[in-house]
Amino acid sequence: MAEITLIEGIRQAMDEELARDERVFIVGEDVGPRGGVFRATLELFEKYGPERVIDSPLAELSIVGIGVGAALYGARPICEIQFADFIHPAFNQIVNEAAKMCYRSNGEWTVPMVIRAPYGGGIGGGLYHSQSVEAFFTHVPGLKVVIPSTPYDAKGLLKSAVRDPNPVMFFEPKKGYRLIRGEVPEEEEVLVPIGPAKVTRAGTDLSVFAYGMMHYYCLQAAEQVASEGIEVEVVDIRTLLPIDMDTLLGSVEKTAKALIVYEDNLTGGYGAEIAARLADQAFTMLDAPIKRLAGPDIPAMPYSHPLQDWFMPDPEKIAVAMRDLASY
Amino acid sequence: MASEVIMPQLGESVVEGTVMKWLKGEGDAIAEFEALLEVNTDKVDTEIPAPSSGILLRVYVEEGQTVSAGTVLAMIGEAGEEVPTKVPSQPETSVMTETEAVPQVSSAAQAVAVPSAQVGRSKALGFISPVVARIAGEHGVDLQQVRGTGRGGRITKKDVLAYLESGAIADSAVPPWEEPALGELFRPTEEVFGVKQGSIPGTEVLKPGSVIPHTPVRRSIAEHMLRSKQVSPHVSTFMEVDLSRVVAHRQTNKAIFARDGVNLTFTAYFLAASVQALKAVPQVNASWSDEGVVLHEAVNIGMAVSLGADGLIVPVIKGAEQLSLLALSAALNDLAERARGRKLKPEEVQGGTFTITNHGISGSLFATPIISQPQAAILGVGAIQKRVVAIEVPDPAGGSMDAFAIRPMVYLTLTFDHRLLDGAIADAFLGTIVKTLENWA
Repeated sequence: MAEITLIEGIRQAMDEELARDERVFIVGEDVGPRGGVFRATLELFEKYGPERVIDSPLAELSIVGIGVGAALYGARPICEIQFADFIHPAFNQIVNEAAKMCYRSNGEWTVPMVIRAPYGGGIGGGLYHSQSVEAFFTHVPGLKVVIPSTPYDAKGLLKSAVRDPNPVMFFEPKKGYRLIRGEVPEEEEVLVPIGPAKVTRAGTDLSVFAYGMMHYYCLQAAEQVASEGIEVEVVDIRTLLPIDMDTLLGSVEKTAKALIVYEDNLTGGYGAEIAARLADQAFTMLDAPIKRLAGPDIPAMPYSHPLQDWFMPDPEKIAVAMRDLASY
Repeated sequence: MASEVIMPQLGESVVEGTVMKWLKGEGDAIAEFEALLEVNTDKVDTEIPAPSSGILLRVYVEEGQTVSAGTVLAMIGEAGEEVPTKVPSQPETSVMTETEAVPQVSSAAQAVAVPSAQVGRSKALGFISPVVARIAGEHGVDLQQVRGTGRGGRITKKDVLAYLESGAIADSAVPPWEEPALGELFRPTEEVFGVKQGSIPGTEVLKPGSVIPHTPVRRSIAEHMLRSKQVSPHVSTFMEVDLSRVVAHRQTNKAIFARDGVNLTFTAYFLAASVQALKAVPQVNASWSDEGVVLHEAVNIGMAVSLGADGLIVPVIKGAEQLSLLALSAALNDLAERARGRKLKPEEVQGGTFTITNHGISGSLFATPIISQPQAAILGVGAIQKRVVAIEVPDPAGGSMDAFAIRPMVYLTLTFDHRLLDGAIADAFLGTIVKTLENWA
């Protein structure tokens, strides 16, 4: 089994899906000969040609618009938004067209499309290359929202996303692209179903729910506090919409305490939805308030490194929150 | 505008109820549908939810007081709103318009002490979390006895679990109706329901020379028992059953039922056999009336559930003739569970056409139970015991010979109303139950 990076998992997924199904194509900025700014599409242009790996203009609205139209005509587009920060011009296409098509045509038409977008900060990207946008889309029924945190899940979930008959928002933790490595088998096909969350570390003292880069940090923080005798159960949400409450409730039943960690700013972030559902469905299991650790409510990730560090939840901050909740 | 909290009519014939416990004190905030108080009637104990959100402005009926249905119990409204100091005279009367000015209800000062197992803040115990309250409630833990290790001495889930594990109290969370031979039905009541001091349920804190005040349940039992004996000439008949086949069947199917989340108990077999017999002998599924004997269409079987010192309650399995052994078991599990949790709805203890009582629960072999009026009969189930019985076995010559065998045996009693039923019919009925159980397949 080979150890690969998260972005290599994504590249392999697209490579395999392009080879498997000729309806699959990629459209996005610099995805062609350049191989994408993060090299997610490296050498795919050479392998599959300009009709299946298409460089688009700098216009996100048209990237998604092309995807919606092509999908309705039977293609399986993978739209790459270079940075999630720039997805907003395409918001109308995603929310009003892609998400509603199946519903408004009474199931006659669907939009089998994946929108990939690197999200998140901590990479010195400043205001416009660091944003977390998942909560805008988890609010929209008709979409699926997926965020992997390991190379294995990145590959397996992206392949499932390409095969899904309806639109899937696939957000990738860009800070983890090369930082997060993991084993992915070469000899067998890797497919991870959209939907289930995963308990990635078993524990008894508190449950921590996270996704993407924060999940990676939560595992590190859990290691830290384990040496102090605090056993944290870590759950990788993986699919934000639809959410796998069974796994979350099973964990809280065991630990009676829940901490939700996300990088997006606190108010109205995705963790708010988890907290609300736990307050509703896990009330009589709880031995402590449901806690959230998230980015501060300021307009954007600062460019200055010290301020960026202040913004980002990291293993140290997460460990502090874990200790605090464990001692409640 | 403040809204009234009214004593509801909890069942057709229930005209009054006793306020057992206020779950909120004056000045406390409460949300619509949140449990506000516990009420006890002669049929059922239940929680009354708040009819609206707001502040509990005034409580008119104290704990322990019995009032008729429709009485205003309390007022809920906005903080500072004026409400009458005394119970508004009639249930229908509109409130608060022309009454004298009332001093504003102060919040903390008049708030009642929070019971230990209630979610929220308790002066003595600090914050009680939902899960701690739940566990304490389920296991009858007195939280005063639990040492808190959480922040500020708070009792954590781990603390209360550790307390339970230490064996400080008998675990009362044994699922009801389980494992009769070893379990609930045929175990001493105190073992099942737990007794803190003393060994006989209901004898704790009894001082000779004192008077135990009647609870509504006690009064109701007394009244019903006396009435039944007065109106109906009771006759009892006994038969014994070899439960070998039932035991074997249960052994085979217990795990299968468990996969559906159902605990298969011996009680379910007695229930199923009774249903068969009631169908075969419909005169027993009947009631006396002046015009004639009313034969009931549905088979609704009441199951007496002991509540320990608090008396007993008889939840009814409706339409039992339509239920499989699995469905009967599931219904039994559910009703008994909720009976013990005081969560039965009033209609769930009404409408029975036949009753089964498991006096074997406390080791009794025979009993002559009293018929639950207006039913025609009641089946008493004794303790299952292994006994030596004489049986016939094939002999080598091809004939048969007598032998001793050890068999799980039980005595069944049928107490019947001689107005409706004669001995022959009653015996035919009880015999059908015996045959069904002995030939269980």
